[in-house]
Amino acid sequence: MSSPTTTSVVNYHDSVVRQFSIMTVVWGIVGMTVGVLLAAQLMWPALNFDTPWLTYSRLRPLHTNAVIFAFGGCALFATSYWVVQRTCRTGLFLPKLATFTFWGWQTVILAAAITLPLGITQGKEYAELEWPIDLLIAVVWVAYAVVFFGTIAKRTVSHIYVANWFYGSFIIAVAVLHIVNSAAIPISLTKSYSAYSGAVDAMVQWWYGHNAVGFFLTAGFLGMMYYFVPKQAGRPIYSYRLSIVHFWALISVYMWAGPHHLHYTALPDWVQSLGMVFSLILLAPSWGGMINGIMTLSGAWHKLRDDPILKFLIVSLSFYGMSTFEGPMMSIKTVNALSHYTDWTIGHVHSGALGWVAMISIGSIYMLIPRLFGKPKMYSVPAINLHFWLSTIGTVLYITAMWIAGVMQGLMWRAVSDDGTLTYSFVEALKATHPFYGLRLLGGLVFLSGMFVMAWNVWKTVQPEPGAQRAGNPSTGSLQEA
Amino acid sequence: MNAPWHWFIAVIAVASIIGCLWLLFSNARGAPGESTTGHVWDDDLREYNNPLPRWWLNMFILTVVFGVGYLVYYPGLGAFTGKSGWTQEKQLAERMAVVKAKRQAVYATLGDRDVAALAKDPAALSLGREVFLNNCAGCHGADAHGARGFPNLADKDWLYGGTPEAIVASISNGRQGQMPFFNATLDPKVADDLIDTVKHWSDPKFSPERRENAMKTFAITCAACHGADGKGNPYIGAPNLTDNIWLHGGSREKIRETILFGRKSSMPAHKDILSADDIRVVSSYVYSLSQNP
Ligand code: HEC
Ligand code: HEC
Ligand code: HEM
Ligand code: HEM
Repeated sequence: MSSPTTTSVVNYHDSVVRQFSIMTVVWGIVGMTVGVLLAAQLMWPALNFDTPWLTYSRLRPLHTNAVIFAFGGCALFATSYWVVQRTCRTGLFLPKLATFTFWGWQTVILAAAITLPLGITQGKEYAELEWPIDLLIAVVWVAYAVVFFGTIAKRTVSHIYVANWFYGSFIIAVAVLHIVNSAAIPISLTKSYSAYSGAVDAMVQWWYGHNAVGFFLTAGFLGMMYYFVPKQAGRPIYSYRLSIVHFWALISVYMWAGPHHLHYTALPDWVQSLGMVFSLILLAPSWGGMINGIMTLSGAWHKLRDDPILKFLIVSLSFYGMSTFEGPMMSIKTVNALSHYTDWTIGHVHSGALGWVAMISIGSIYMLIPRLFGKPKMYSVPAINLHFWLSTIGTVLYITAMWIAGVMQGLMWRAVSDDGTLTYSFVEALKATHPFYGLRLLGGLVFLSGMFVMAWNVWKTVQPEPGAQRAGNPSTGSLQEA
Repeated sequence: MNAPWHWFIAVIAVASIIGCLWLLFSNARGAPGESTTGHVWDDDLREYNNPLPRWWLNMFILTVVFGVGYLVYYPGLGAFTGKSGWTQEKQLAERMAVVKAKRQAVYATLGDRDVAALAKDPAALSLGREVFLNNCAGCHGADAHGARGFPNLADKDWLYGGTPEAIVASISNGRQGQMPFFNATLDPKVADDLIDTVKHWSDPKFSPERRENAMKTFAITCAACHGADGKGNPYIGAPNLTDNIWLHGGSREKIRETILFGRKSSMPAHKDILSADDIRVVSSYVYSLSQNP
């Protein structure tokens, strides 16, 4: 197989990548600030100031939408547009449409930031936005698919790189999930009712919810991993074979796992069992990705010592491994009977969200920013290092607090005295949780402070050098701008 | 579940599991080595083709074996109910039976003593407290001191009466207190006097003219429920207005709200939620709170 010559000049379209990269940082700060406020409200409920749009119930979906779809989404758009061009060795298909996806996506985010605090919601978790916004999402997403797959179609290299399989599956799956789950009957511009009802509605919701985790928060970010880890480490991917096996296993098994969110509910027993079994089988395919990433570094471990970007990437893979071990365990009915409804779930979520999703995005963006703005490296490498430690400590504080709190709640709720009464009241369990809410708030603040360090560093890096024209891309020799 | 559905589910579930194994075994062989697949992307992205790690392969197979075993034993493959006959309803019933048996055994020791007698027995009170904390504390507070809109159960002021019988009735059948609204019918000037009079009912320094003016209206409009002396009526739960204990707040603003816009309070009936013994012990607990403060 011949590889394309490295000297050819390709017109890459990077302005849209630049836009999405910067917005990743902005939305990261916004979403996590709301997260910190939520954590503080759980500690001191008076922090809603008796203002309807500051209440917990309205800010919580704002947080989840902002961190998943705004922060995570922008990171995925930015990196996928970068990666698909580099690994296909061609510019974007229909770059104007790519620009549309940027403005379209920002409009969606803005609409979410306005409607959610106003209390306008479909009431489906991770799919709260009302139908007019859902329609816009669908349009933007189809445009995204056209640009991405169009670029793949016009590639000048014969093989499709593994990162693109993951990005591609993420784009297709999210389109299907979004359209099926958001089916609703509108009764006004701001109100609609789900097309499903009862247990079917619950199942559709969590088929969507779990695959949002599987494809949005996992497959997409694995795509990111498959490009940025080997690139930054300067090493080949550990095993092509492994990537095939875990890719196909992952995307086929994830689709089954949704019912583990509905154990011991009105869902029929057989659905719950299938969900549990396939969640367990999901352990190995998930770890396949982690192994492939971490083992890529074998022979270059010393690089970890002084490359903070690589630290971000590798530690994120460790958290990925941790949460995908924890997830299958929590899917076992006996374990779920303890963990469900407790803060253990919240701990699991954030070990995936902070440790995996946020840290791999942050690492990748640190690698992209200098390349996008024609700088040799980030303005301050020690600041990246500082950010790395703030993120790691913040994540660890957050998740250990929630693990302890969660297991404690589960045990307190189920404790039965000899006389057959519950040993603890709900309020007592809540009181016992209070100190851990404090610890979580601290963890969140530490993590958020790292994001501000990042914002400063990015700001400094993107400043044009006095008198200098914007330089071309140093790593690939691309000189032209779309 | 009808037969086509059953087969549809069972077949794709089994096929997916077999598919995973096929995927594994068809890729299991391979030699480790420094050679890459030969493809290069973006100047320097290459791939080795190391074999699947053994321990990982074994772990994968182990989860599949466990999964298959589970589906034999538990319901999962469509209409097939599994060898164990397990259902979540059965599990719930079994666990509840254990707890209820324990509870019955303890209640048996209480005999047929009534609420007032039980209120002197620390063992009964501790049972009552458990029931209270798990069923009532959400509204009345863990210490039973209530909150705005939710009456304090630990004082001697009662809406519906503090006898054991009245308490049992409140808990079993629930209570619906309704104060009508008067913003449409009261003359604003009179309303002002009425609000201040209610607020300062037992304050001797309050203006006598205003009180007199207000009491004329009170006698016509309010006395039917709250009594001519304002001491309330336990049959409909109309509160005593003379004692400076307020269900809905005693500030001028809150009293104005109550009188002009009315109030509706609901204490849910518990006779279908709790057993008769549960109600007996929780009543004794509530009763005891105001007996020996
Ligand atoms: C959903 C909230 C709620 C729950 C749960 C609840 N209560 Fe109440 N309860 C109320 C309200 C509100 C009132 C006042 C009703 C009214 O004003 O008419 C009340 C009134 C009462 C009264 C009458 C007080 C009086 O002054 O006469 C008693 C006694 C009482 N509750 C006991 C209990 C007990 C015991 C439980 C638990 C088994 C319980 N309540 C559970 C809301 C609740
Ligand atoms: C139909 C019967 C009825 C009439 C007439 C009525 N009330 Fe009431 N009132 C009630 C009841 C019942 C409550 C308790 C509401 C609850 O349980 O929440 C109440 C509550 C109140 C309270 C709140 C007490 C507290 O502790 O917070 C005030 C003040 C009050 N009434 C004043 C008046 C005045 C003044 C009038 C005449 C203008 C009036 N009511 C007429 C039945 C009545
Ligand atoms: C093999 C992989 C995984 C499995 C089997 C799994 C399993 C689970 C289980 C059992 C729950 C608890 C459901 C409940 O009791 O309510 C859960 C919740 C959750 N998980 Fe995972 N998990 C996995 C990986 C991940 C990853 C990598 C992330 C994030 C990046 C993630 C994000 C979430 C979220 C957001 C929830 C909360 C959903 C909600 O209740 O709102 N999971 N997961
Ligand atoms: C500074 C960082 C963050 C803080 C302080 C924070 C805080 C919180 C809080 C307090 C909640 C509500 C928990 C509850 O209801 O008990 C929450 C929920 C959630 N957060 Fe975060 N968060 C942060 C970052 C993130 C990030 C980066 C992501 C995703 C990429 C994320 C995803 C979620 C999700 C999915 C939920 C809902 C979980 C569920 O329903 O089970 N968070 N967060």
